[in-house]
Amino acid sequence: MSVLKVAILGSGNIGTDLLIKIQRSEYLECTLFIGRNLSSKGVAKAISLGIKVSNEGINAIIKDPDCCTLVFDATSAKDAIDHWAILEKAGKTVVNMTPAKIGDLCIPALNLNYAVDQKYFNMVTCGGQAAIPIANAIGQMYPNMEYIEVVSSISSYSAGPATRLNLDEYIETTEAGLRTFSGAKKAKAILILNPAVPCIDMQTTIFARVKDPDMEALTLAINDMVKMIRSYVPGYQLLFSPIYQNGHVLIMIKVQGNGDYLPKYAGNLDIINCAAIAVAEKCAKNVAIAATANL
Amino acid sequence: MKHILISDPTLRDGNHAVSHQLSATQVKIYCEAANSAGVPVVEVGHGNGLAASSIQIGESLETDQVLLETARKYLTNSKLGIHVIPGFATIQRDLKKAIDWGVDVIRVASHCTEADITQRHIGYAKEKGKETYGVLMMTHMASPELLVEEAQKMELYGADGIIIMDSAGAYFPVDVTERITSLVACLSIPVGFHAHNNLGMAIANSIAAIEAGATILDGSARGFGAGAGNAQLEVLIAVIHKMGFTTGIDLYKMLDAADIAEKELMPFVPAIKSENILSGIAGVFSGFSKHIDMISKQYNVDQRELYVELGRRKVIAGQEDLIMEIAQDIVSKRNNNNMINLSSDYKTNGKHAG
Repeated sequence: MSVLKVAILGSGNIGTDLLIKIQRSEYLECTLFIGRNLSSKGVAKAISLGIKVSNEGINAIIKDPDCCTLVFDATSAKDAIDHWAILEKAGKTVVNMTPAKIGDLCIPALNLNYAVDQKYFNMVTCGGQAAIPIANAIGQMYPNMEYIEVVSSISSYSAGPATRLNLDEYIETTEAGLRTFSGAKKAKAILILNPAVPCIDMQTTIFARVKDPDMEALTLAINDMVKMIRSYVPGYQLLFSPIYQNGHVLIMIKVQGNGDYLPKYAGNLDIINCAAIAVAEKCAKNVAIAATANL
Repeated sequence: MKHILISDPTLRDGNHAVSHQLSATQVKIYCEAANSAGVPVVEVGHGNGLAASSIQIGESLETDQVLLETARKYLTNSKLGIHVIPGFATIQRDLKKAIDWGVDVIRVASHCTEADITQRHIGYAKEKGKETYGVLMMTHMASPELLVEEAQKMELYGADGIIIMDSAGAYFPVDVTERITSLVACLSIPVGFHAHNNLGMAIANSIAAIEAGATILDGSARGFGAGAGNAQLEVLIAVIHKMGFTTGIDLYKMLDAADIAEKELMPFVPAIKSENILSGIAGVFSGFSKHIDMISKQYNVDQRELYVELGRRKVIAGQEDLIMEIAQDIVSKRNNNNMINLSSDYKTNGKHAG
């Protein structure tokens, strides 16, 4: 079976972890790993894996447009907007790892099948990938929810410079995703960076204001959703069964990473990368199906 | 005589003490009193600052807009200040509006090791011509060297001064002297200190700070603030005036303002409760005390057990959800132990039966 050629734009934590996940995928092949600085840790890792690297940023793809079909953009929200203008013309499929507000929000547990015709995937945020499927499960049972709130704590050591500079975009994008997929009228997202050593695992708490929920039915729905998410994010787990108190449902999630490029505590990087890989693999399968159909 | 800039967070840190239930009327009353006493900066808002009203931290009785517009109306001489934590408040959704509502002083805060998340907020506030400070919270969790590095980042982003907070009330005067001395030596902008009184050190620590070169101090009426409260402002002013510092505040009118605050804002006057002492010793954020009190009752778990575990896990401001997780954990371990005890009873009984 043929594999989908992909390039990674951005050699930070996200880009490098994606690279390692792609090495394991039978559907994807990383043909170019692009940073800005050849002496960065990410680029060194790529070289050690025998991957072709570049320090020319987006120009590397402009110069060699046939190098890939799909691009993971793991730069910053600001750069991702400029990149899309170029990549769209080049006919590339883009999986956007930054919180830039372009394209439709993609949560594999909820809308992977619609990947068939998309050229641009917005991977929302780490907190969004963790909380939005659960918010959706609640919203399915309780449409017109008044309010939903999501608090994510991540280890400081898992938050690179772009993440830190993009906190506002993180909040705006996570809130937009929560509203879109849960139907809640109002959404609030909070992000906390905790520098504790040993490093903390990513933890996300969801508060949903719902009147008199059927907790038994809701717990079943949430357990089903957790199972679905675990199919592509193995380190995703409920900390305890959903609770109802003071007029809101409370759900606590812990996400441990796979320990690919960064240690296991960086569940926040792992979950968004696992989601991105799920999308890219779906695209690869679709390309393969289309190719078979054309024979 | 050396001048000390006083910033008064009675209507912001004090909001922690009443689970963020300060009303517009209370804001009006205290703003009038502080304004008349000549308090230079009055900080107003939810305990965790702008846009922090949430289920996680506690929902405010009044919106940010009502709190700030009310304060603005009655602060004719005093400047109106806000506390802004990136991760809670965004520039477009929150900070921009706060500036429209008439805020003068913007204090952009982060956990003591995370100064780089304040870059854009500080930059924006400066760009809008506002007096802007960088605030490092929970500073007992960082070494003096690391604090200097983080403060230097904020200076680079354009902050007009740096305030370090002893959010857990964990410092002794010697700790304050060491940190303020390093900061003053390495920064070219003013340095300030924000005390909490968990270990009864708030005034002593504030004095240590100005003796080491700090020129900004925070204090609130009757110490009204999170946990055991802040440095008691009327005491602080009396003491530093006597030491020969100036503040521009009329002491007698400040004493009146504190009496008014006690009568109008406080269901109880701040005191160092037993759990506040543990909070100071364990280095736990003072703003947690109301949550811990509630959850310990709900789960029938000893508050002390919660403080110790929160300290051990190095939980920081904003992680209120972890209090519940820890309580859940304690309860489930307790139940498991009970199960083990029950099953060993059963075995014992079983033997008897045999």
